[in-house]
Amino acid sequence: MKGWQRSSTRQSKGLFWAILCLLTAGAAALSLTLGAVNLSPEEIWTALTGGDPASVAARIVVYTRLPRTCAALLAGAALAASGVLIQTVLNNPLASPGVIGVNASAGLAVALVCALSPLAQRWTPLVAFLGALLGVLLVLGLAQWTGAARMTVVLAGVAISNLFSAGIDGVVTLVPDALNGITDFRIGGFSGVTMARLAPAALLIFVSLLAALSLSHPLDILALGSDTARSLGLAVAPMRVLLLVLAAALAGAAVSFSGLLGFVGLIVPHSMRRLVGEESLPLLTASILGGACFVTLCDLLARLLFAPFELPVGIVLAFAGVPFFLWLLFRQKGRRI
Amino acid sequence: MIQLNNLTAGYGGDPIVKGITLDFHPGEVLALVGPNGSGKSTLLKAALGLLPAQGGQVLYDGRDLRELGRKEAARRAAYLTQSRNTPSITALRMVLHGRFPYLSYPRRYGREDYAMARRAMDRTGSRPHEDVNVQALSGGQRQGVYLAMALAQDTETVFLDEPTTYLDVNRQLQTMETARELAQSGKAVALVLHDLPMALRGADRMAVLEEGKLLCWDRPEAVYASGVLDRVFGVALHRVETPHGPQYYATLKKEGL
Repeated sequence: MKGWQRSSTRQSKGLFWAILCLLTAGAAALSLTLGAVNLSPEEIWTALTGGDPASVAARIVVYTRLPRTCAALLAGAALAASGVLIQTVLNNPLASPGVIGVNASAGLAVALVCALSPLAQRWTPLVAFLGALLGVLLVLGLAQWTGAARMTVVLAGVAISNLFSAGIDGVVTLVPDALNGITDFRIGGFSGVTMARLAPAALLIFVSLLAALSLSHPLDILALGSDTARSLGLAVAPMRVLLLVLAAALAGAAVSFSGLLGFVGLIVPHSMRRLVGEESLPLLTASILGGACFVTLCDLLARLLFAPFELPVGIVLAFAGVPFFLWLLFRQKGRRI
Repeated sequence: MIQLNNLTAGYGGDPIVKGITLDFHPGEVLALVGPNGSGKSTLLKAALGLLPAQGGQVLYDGRDLRELGRKEAARRAAYLTQSRNTPSITALRMVLHGRFPYLSYPRRYGREDYAMARRAMDRTGSRPHEDVNVQALSGGQRQGVYLAMALAQDTETVFLDEPTTYLDVNRQLQTMETARELAQSGKAVALVLHDLPMALRGADRMAVLEEGKLLCWDRPEAVYASGVLDRVFGVALHRVETPHGPQYYATLKKEGL
C-alpha cells in the first residue's frame, strides 16, 4: 500500500475505515455467538436487553461471552495503542510493550502483590499500571541518560523484559498460588475473566485511549525527531513522559486481566502503518480497531479450534499473527520499517 | 532580531562554543563556516534554545530567550536540522507541522495554515509533491519539503544546518537562491555551509568558527582578504573575476614552494 497516500481517494479511505469497523463489529458479534454452545442472534439480543436472566442463553452471554468479548476487544485495542505510543516516543520501530519489558514489569508487579496477599486481586489494574510505568520509565531513563543508540535501547529492553519474566517465574515457583486467578498468565488468555475484574481496567483503558487520541497532534510532531519538535515549540520531555505514562496505563491495564499478550503491540501498529501511513490520528484509530478485531478473532479461534478444549489465546495470536506480519513485511521488498 | 551575547554552550561537560557574540541581521544571509567539530551546529542549537546557555545570553528582540515560552520562541526562529526523521506522511502534512507553534490544544490546522503551507511549498518547488508520501521522494525533494516546513513557520529568523549537503549541484544552487530570496523579503537567514566558494559568493556576511571560538564575522570579501579561511582550513583560496562576478576556488597548500 505504498501508494495509499499518493493515489488514495476519499472513497478508498472511506472503504478502508468501513471495512475495519465492520470487521471489528463482526468479530465481536461472532465472539458472542459462537462457542461450546452456539447461540442465535435473537438469543443474544434478548440476553443483552435483559430478557429472562435465568435462561441458559442469558447466563452464558452475561457471565461468559460478554466479559470475554469485552476483554479481548479491550486488550487488543489497549496493547496496539500502547505499541504506537511507545514506538513513536522512543522513535524506534522495534519497541513495543512486550519487547521492551513493559508487559513483563506489569506482570511481575501483579505476581508480587498477589503472592503477598490473595486479597489484593481487585487492585491488579492499579498494580499492573504502576509496574508497567516503572518498566517504561526505566527504558526511557536508559535511553535518555545514556544517550544510547536506538538498537541499544531495544536490547536493554529485551534484557529487562527477561529479568522481569524470570522474576515472575521466581514468584510463581515460590508461591505457586500467586497467579491462580489469572489463568494462562504467561501465555495470555481470557478464560475466567469476569466483568468485576474487567471494569476498573476498562475504565483506565477508555480514559487513556481518549487522552492518547487527543494528543495525536503532539505525537506527530514528536515523530519528526526531538530537535525539530523542540524547535516547533513542543515541550518534548514532559510530552514524552506523559505519552509513556499513557502507554504504561494501557499495557498495564491489559496485562492485569489478559496476562502477557506481548506480540499484539508490535505487529498491529506495524501492519496498520503499512495500511494508513504514520499520521498519528489515523494510525492510532486503525491500531485500536485492528488490535481489538485481531485479538477477538484469535480468541474465537482459540475457543473453537479444539472445542470443548481451549487453547490460550497467546498461542493462536502467534500462529495467526506471525505469518500475516511476515507477509506484510516482505510484500514490499526493500521498504524500510 | 536574534543576538548572541558572549554565549557559551555545550552538552554538559566542557563547553563546545565559547564566548560568542553575533547578531543575525534581518535581510541578510549569514554563512557559518568552520572545520568539522568547530561548533557550528552547537551554535545554532544554542541560539534556538535547544541547548541551555552555560554562560552569556541569547536575546530574541531584546528579550532573554529563557524568559520566552517555547511556542513564542518557535514563532521567531525556525530550524532545519542536520539529521532528519522521515515519517511516512504526505509532504503537505509534513509542511503543515511548521504551523504547530500557532496552534493551541487541541485545535486542528485551519484554512490559513493550509494556505501558508502551500505558499511555502511553492517557494521551495515542493508543491507538485504535496500529496506524495515523503518517504517516496528523492533526497532533494525531501529537502525542499523540510525547507518548506521551516518557511511555513513564518519566523523572522531561519536557521539552516547544512542545507546543501547531499544535494546535487542544481539543488544546492536553488537552496542558496531560496536563502537569498528569504533575506530579500526581510528575514535573517543563517546557514551552516561546508562549501566555502558557495558561502563566499552567496552570503552577505560570514562567521568563521574554530574550536568553538568565533574568529571572524564580516563581509565575505573582507573575510577572504584577511586570509583567515586559508589558515583555518589549511587550504589556499583563490579568487577570479568572471562575467558572473567574482568566483572562488580552493587548492591544497603546497608546503615549501
